[in-house]
Amino acid sequence: MFKITNLQAGIEEKQILQGLSLEILPGEVHVIMGPNGSGKSTLANCIMGHPGYQVTGGSIQLDGEEVNELKADKRAQRGLFLAFQYPKEIPGVGVNNFLKSAVASVRKARGEKELSHIEFRKLLREQMKAFGLESSFMTRSMNDGFSGGEKKKMEILQMALLNPKIAVLDETDSGLDVDALKIVAEGVEKLRSPQRGMLLITHYQRILHYIKPTYVHVMIDGKIVKSGGPELGEKLEQEGYDWIKKEADAEAVPMNA
Amino acid sequence: MANVTLDYVGNLNRETLDSANDSAYAEGAVRGLSEAVVRRISGDKKEPPWMLEHRLKSLKVFLEKPMPGWGPDLSKLNLDEIIYYARPGEIKPSHNWEDVPADIKRTFEKLGIPEAERKYLAGAGAQYESENVYHRLKEKWGEKGVIFEDMDTALQKYPDLVKQYFMRCVPMHDHKFAALHGAVWSGGTFIYIPEGVNVDQPLQAYFRMNAQSMGQFEHTLIIVENGAQGSYIEGCSAPKYESPSIHAGLVEVFVKEGARFRYSSVENWSRNTYNLNTKRALVDRNGVMEWVGGNMGSGATMLYPCSILRGEGARADHLGIAFANKDQIQDTGAKVIHAAPNTSSKVVMKSISKNGGKSVYRGLLRILKGAKGSKAQVRCDALLLDDHSISDTIPDIRIEENDISIAHEATVGKISEEQLFYAMSRGLSEDEAIAMIVNGFIEPIVKAMPLEYAVEMNRLIELEMEEAGAIG
Repeated sequence: MFKITNLQAGIEEKQILQGLSLEILPGEVHVIMGPNGSGKSTLANCIMGHPGYQVTGGSIQLDGEEVNELKADKRAQRGLFLAFQYPKEIPGVGVNNFLKSAVASVRKARGEKELSHIEFRKLLREQMKAFGLESSFMTRSMNDGFSGGEKKKMEILQMALLNPKIAVLDETDSGLDVDALKIVAEGVEKLRSPQRGMLLITHYQRILHYIKPTYVHVMIDGKIVKSGGPELGEKLEQEGYDWIKKEADAEAVPMNA
Repeated sequence: MANVTLDYVGNLNRETLDSANDSAYAEGAVRGLSEAVVRRISGDKKEPPWMLEHRLKSLKVFLEKPMPGWGPDLSKLNLDEIIYYARPGEIKPSHNWEDVPADIKRTFEKLGIPEAERKYLAGAGAQYESENVYHRLKEKWGEKGVIFEDMDTALQKYPDLVKQYFMRCVPMHDHKFAALHGAVWSGGTFIYIPEGVNVDQPLQAYFRMNAQSMGQFEHTLIIVENGAQGSYIEGCSAPKYESPSIHAGLVEVFVKEGARFRYSSVENWSRNTYNLNTKRALVDRNGVMEWVGGNMGSGATMLYPCSILRGEGARADHLGIAFANKDQIQDTGAKVIHAAPNTSSKVVMKSISKNGGKSVYRGLLRILKGAKGSKAQVRCDALLLDDHSISDTIPDIRIEENDISIAHEATVGKISEEQLFYAMSRGLSEDEAIAMIVNGFIEPIVKAMPLEYAVEMNRLIELEMEEAGAIG
């Protein structure tokens, strides 16, 4: 189980997350929606341990273990995964090579059998096919010169290879045309499993046309202000965020008074 | 004076080796330079009179020329302390394989150097297996008129050929250390590829390691006749056990009409060496010269391979990597002179600085009047691995012709926190992630190297990365 309790975090002096709590059980798919600047990406980065963000309070626990002090590599090895909003290019580092090292490192930490070169190649080939990437990508540099859609597919591919317990997808749907969006959404559906929890962070509702979440949360000003089922997503699509903001403000007044 | 070191392993064993072996190493050899030393070299080698004359003239030029007034600080280089020449047997490494420290043995293993070779490099092996490789190469290509000899032998066997080309590409007046080289050169490689012959297998300088010469003033002379092709791999890829304190080698390549040649080298001299090497090619009409180089070792390096494109349509490619670690200055670059119409050149240099090391790209690009339609492209990228390392770019571009195209691009970067976070979020440790990003950075150069060199280059970079711990 993945549990965030009263998380407070920010960049430098600026506090962005104002006491956020969230619980994700295996098999659940949570969606966090919110307007720009609500702290969605900060949450994603804090979960994965970006050194540029400071957690000033609260906890992040995976299967009862506090991960707040762990570096990103250790979190990945424990089973956290982040699909980046803007995947980074690593020129000169081949896809095959990068993914092989990543998979080896994670498998080793989890006490799983090391894959031989041939086994890995086979696995990679299968997964690339499954997630709509041509095998010619194997010999290209990591994300270097990839289109937006290709980068996102590469993120989903990595999720598949690293087999996380909790996968966070940070605006994986943004900037994609409908075809690419479908492929990404199908990928997410494929990777949905009773053993895995997922957290989709999104600005747009349109991915909900393809993915049916267990819960939808609305995040405003660094906090989850409303939670509900898939119907909440539909309501947001029709009515926007304003009504929630008003509700939240109304609730906030007595609390601060 | 510290002369015996093994490189790569930083300071781990340097002191032990320095103190233990200094006396044995230097026994019998004369320090400092004089006419007597120069005459002794020439006499020992039974050289023709013109070569002695050339040496003595060079000595005169050397003594007259000032030290370079630019580049790395050479004030600690004491030219009177250098052993310029030693007779065979005067320099003998006194090591037994058993005496070589365990971590140096491990370094050899990491480099994947075969056992026999390791022993040789450690100064303890009697036989170097690769000699056989050299003899096979020599015989196979000899049938087609290819000459592949060590330089001293070539001077004896082909005096006219040597005389025709020797220091005609880099004359003694070129600079102080070219003159020094002219006076005291010893050993090296001679390659002659006759017209139209394509030597499709790299010639390697294995045998040079077998020579008793100290290898610090070696002369490499390569002549590629019309339409011929070949490539040469210079090996100081393995640790030098006996370390000279100055390396002033000279490489001259003559690329004739329509010929093509590639020269690859990895220079990894021990840290107490000043590497003041000179490499130059004269490229005739439609000829192609390719330089591929890596500089990892030396305390200070000044090395700028040069291509003079003197025939119409001639082309040069320069690819280089420099790695400056603690207390190192890698002052490297490329010189290209476009002296004929429609010539083209491409320079790609990558440098990495770490632990306070300094790397400088110093490039000369000249397009002479009349070299119409010439194209030149320079790209140099520097990667700094921490805040106290330094990189500098000093391009010197002189254009005398209008109808040309040039592009010069220089970047200095650090490994970005975002890149590192991305790689680490996939489960790679910080060290693994940095090593991977660095390897990616130099990949365009490594890719151009012969396979075994590329592998070795990557290993060398890994070793440099490991030395003195990781960054950040």
